[in-house]
Amino acid sequence: MTSTYIATLELAAGAVLLSAVMTLWRRGVRSIVSMLSLQGVALAAVAMVLGRHEHENALLVTGVLVLVVKGLVVPTLLRRVSRLDPRSRESRPLVNVPASLVFAAALIVLAYVVGTRITALSPTSATHLAPLGLATVLVGYFMLVTRRRAVSKIVGLILVDNGIALVTFLLTSGVPLIVELGSSLDVLLVVVVLQFLMVSMRRHSDTDRLTEMKALHD
Amino acid sequence: MIANVDSLSQGLATLLQVIVVALGGPLLVGLMAKVKARAEGRVGAPISQPLRDLRKLLAKERLHARHASVVLPLAPMVIMATSVVAVAITPLVSTHPLLGSSADILVIVYLLLTGSAAAALAGLDPGTAFGGMGASRAMTIGALAEPALLVAVIALSIQSGTSNLPGIMASTLANPQWVLGPSRLLALGALLIVVIAETGRIPVDNPSTHLELTMVHEAMILEYAGPELALVSLGEAMRVGLLFSLVANLFLPWGIATHDTALALALGTVVVALKTAFVAVAVALIEVRSAKLRLFRLPELLAGGFVMSVLAVVTGLVTR
Repeated sequence: MTSTYIATLELAAGAVLLSAVMTLWRRGVRSIVSMLSLQGVALAAVAMVLGRHEHENALLVTGVLVLVVKGLVVPTLLRRVSRLDPRSRESRPLVNVPASLVFAAALIVLAYVVGTRITALSPTSATHLAPLGLATVLVGYFMLVTRRRAVSKIVGLILVDNGIALVTFLLTSGVPLIVELGSSLDVLLVVVVLQFLMVSMRRHSDTDRLTEMKALHD
Repeated sequence: MIANVDSLSQGLATLLQVIVVALGGPLLVGLMAKVKARAEGRVGAPISQPLRDLRKLLAKERLHARHASVVLPLAPMVIMATSVVAVAITPLVSTHPLLGSSADILVIVYLLLTGSAAAALAGLDPGTAFGGMGASRAMTIGALAEPALLVAVIALSIQSGTSNLPGIMASTLANPQWVLGPSRLLALGALLIVVIAETGRIPVDNPSTHLELTMVHEAMILEYAGPELALVSLGEAMRVGLLFSLVANLFLPWGIATHDTALALALGTVVVALKTAFVAVAVALIEVRSAKLRLFRLPELLAGGFVMSVLAVVTGLVTR
């Protein structure tokens, strides 16, 4: 029982970080969004497995919420945004793909080195995995900084949010439901705003590359 | 006396392994060609076609390019010898072949690398444009695949506490829950990418093309004919067999012979053949589904393999 619990938890936490790295690897916006959806499902699995093991109903509810918002609603909205531009690809990131993958590897090692110091304070089978969440946060920041497309930047932001959620689930067995509700709905709101923004950006300047918007129009 | 009997039966198991891979490697190549042909709606050549090709080539006369040095006839022997040694010491059919104690995974990696280096030198030797181009490309791919391979190997040895292949397999047999752990799965992903790159399969290289702009491995061995081509092809086929069955055994070690009775060895042979055929069919289906990557996109694929293996190491350390 405990060994399957640990194994499932490890697998789900590993899947969260793997899907974060995959978003750096893939170029097509559609496949990036499906990686994000996979990450939402894995994050929900982490919450549910923890909730079941610790008998915390709030965590189970949070898991369902994460599954619906981050696994289904946000990816669907992002897909709809990317459909505005069918050829949407992250064609010229500021750091090219192989270099950013090597960078991601370095960030993961950094997260491990720093994270193990923190988790050594209270070693349980769940807290041991916290460095994976930390690494997800760092990869998310990296994506946020180096990608040009608006959709990719939002994906980076959601990666950061998912990473923070993973760390809180693992370290504290979950934040109060209301806080998680707040942050999940926050992300949802950001995506909705992005959708409006993208539509108007395309109408005005026919691009969604943020770096190409340097001057103000009348 | 008992030690002698032991090493005799170990020696027989080792010999069995070499024979199985020497026959099975070409059959594996034939099987992949057949699966691809069927998936594309063709009948395809019979699975034994590579073996027949070998027999045909062995009957032909030896021919060398006029400007070739001693490297050209020497390279096939190096390729063949490294493949045979690597197959002999790797635990494929039995967990403890003769010299199994020296079957460190790094030894296997560098034995195979010696073979690739010999092939690249042979490509450069006759001084043709294609050979040089193929050699340069093969070495580029090899250099990019190397870090991913080594880090994936580290991930495997962290869990088992040893980089000795029989040791890794024994500890996997003792701890079956490792197989579905995130570290193992990530290492498997990274190793699959590396194996596809090292055996020159489709997203990286197309083994059935002779188009000058895209061929990598075929360009290197373009100057070979007759028995030497047979030796190179057999060496390469054995390498394919070795890498596929090694991946299969590292991640699903069940069925391998743990002692040297005839029954266990027979069972081990059948099981390893089935597992390897499964890997080969999977790789062939990947080949059918995907297009060959542009050469300049290859670093992306192999960097992906590298970051996966780094992830495997970190999750292995975290979950230990």
